[in-house]
Amino acid sequence: MVIAGVIIAAVFGFLWARDVMGPERAPAAEPEPARVGAVPPGEEPLVERYPRNTFLELTTLGLGAVITGIVTVPVLGFAVLPAFTGKEHEGVDLGPLDKYPEGEWREATFLLDPTLGEVSRRTAFVRNNGLKDGLPSFTIISNRCVHLGCPAQAGGPREDENRETIKTEKAEVTLTPVQPAGFSCPCHGGAYDTEGNRIAGPPVRALDRFKYGIINGHLTLLQPYSVGKVDGEGANAQIKAYGLQGPGEHVDGIEAVFYPLQPQDVE
Amino acid sequence: MAVVPPPSRRRRRRMDKVLEIINIPIDWLEERSGLVGGVKYFLFRKVPSDTNWFHTLGSATLTAFLVQLGTGVILAMYYKPHPDEAYESIRHITHDVTLGWLVRGMHRWGASVFIILLFLHMGRVFLFGAYKYPRELNWIVGVLILPLALLMGFTGYLLPWDQTAYWATVVGINLNGTGPIVGPFLAQFLRGGDEIGPNTLTIFYATHMLLLPGAILGLIGLHLYLVVRLGVSSPPWSDEAAGKERPEPEPSGEAGLVRPRARGRIAK
Repeated sequence: MVIAGVIIAAVFGFLWARDVMGPERAPAAEPEPARVGAVPPGEEPLVERYPRNTFLELTTLGLGAVITGIVTVPVLGFAVLPAFTGKEHEGVDLGPLDKYPEGEWREATFLLDPTLGEVSRRTAFVRNNGLKDGLPSFTIISNRCVHLGCPAQAGGPREDENRETIKTEKAEVTLTPVQPAGFSCPCHGGAYDTEGNRIAGPPVRALDRFKYGIINGHLTLLQPYSVGKVDGEGANAQIKAYGLQGPGEHVDGIEAVFYPLQPQDVE
Repeated sequence: MAVVPPPSRRRRRRMDKVLEIINIPIDWLEERSGLVGGVKYFLFRKVPSDTNWFHTLGSATLTAFLVQLGTGVILAMYYKPHPDEAYESIRHITHDVTLGWLVRGMHRWGASVFIILLFLHMGRVFLFGAYKYPRELNWIVGVLILPLALLMGFTGYLLPWDQTAYWATVVGINLNGTGPIVGPFLAQFLRGGDEIGPNTLTIFYATHMLLLPGAILGLIGLHLYLVVRLGVSSPPWSDEAAGKERPEPEPSGEAGLVRPRARGRIAK
């Protein structure tokens, strides 16, 4: 900002100095004087228009434009910009690690932003993959179907009687044990395997995943990201990761050229 | 042979007095505004003698829109556009408020009636060829009203804030998101952020009850102005209009708005 200000000051300062010091410019060409005497017979004489009229006309229009701009631009900015300047969520505490037995799935529902209330309730499928190179490994798959955003469900036995609600410092997480053979979406029949790869239906990529961290022995859900394809399974999965994209948007293949920019790229 | 006695003088005087009382305010208004003449001009303009029932579809659509306007204003007095209260306020309107079920029902079913009539009206204009010269511009204005009316449906559908409304809007917004290049930005704008939340509901509410009705009202005004100016077209089978010579458009002598004179000079 400071640099831009210095550059602007320098450029306009130079222009101003040039105007002041430079040779006096020729006055603007006078409008052609009216040839009152030399009008051909039969034609009405042309009368010169008083230049002040033009000046006042342009001044009025210019002032009007300036005032309109001052009023309109901030209002339009307020109408559009807030949608594009949202801050990322701060991470959700999903509870202590021992709530996630190795090799088992838990369906976790939680509030992404508790200040917004129930409307921010989200669901993720969490599996503890055991240790990978001495570090805990998790698979955290978002339930947002990547066709058009309906909630994908775990296909398989579901132990509602063993549901458990964990209260942590900032959050509250409900864990339901599930044994999915895959995930499927009720809206338009999208189907995914347990790594989130599309196996049938209209989705255009694999299910989104969440980054995660372990903070004070608690599994913490971080930012979501999009996935093109997953090779391998569990801790050894090779994930083709991309920045988060909306449902229905391709991340790879030729169709990806239709989505060159995401709102979060231009913030 | 029955003889009708002339009305008594007293009776006639009383009639004159009543007429005077009615006419004085009307004359007062007419003298100062010309409104009475304007309304007469609008209502008693000439239309072809062989118009039929299909020609009423336009005013039926207008009536449906006015019903939506009236019921919508009253619903807005009870509706609360907040995620925690929206569903409850709709439940309150439907079950607790006197005649609330009726007004909400009128608005909910009237929405479908409005769209159906809109399409029937458009079909009538198309099949009658009433979009042809000189009425092309009126067709264009009508075509602009159509997507605005569909957007009214899209934005209004979210407001009950039940599961159907929520997921239909999730899918609808994400459909917009799949548009090439601008799609993700359009979806972000409609959501009012990264995720559907309180802002989505208020954005849809304000769009539904302020932005779109204003735009539609403006376009309806233009639509009606053109109807009055250009007149109603005859049906295609009409003998009245068939093969008639069209008058040549009069050349306008004065240089005016459409043919501006050269700047800086005026012809005296």
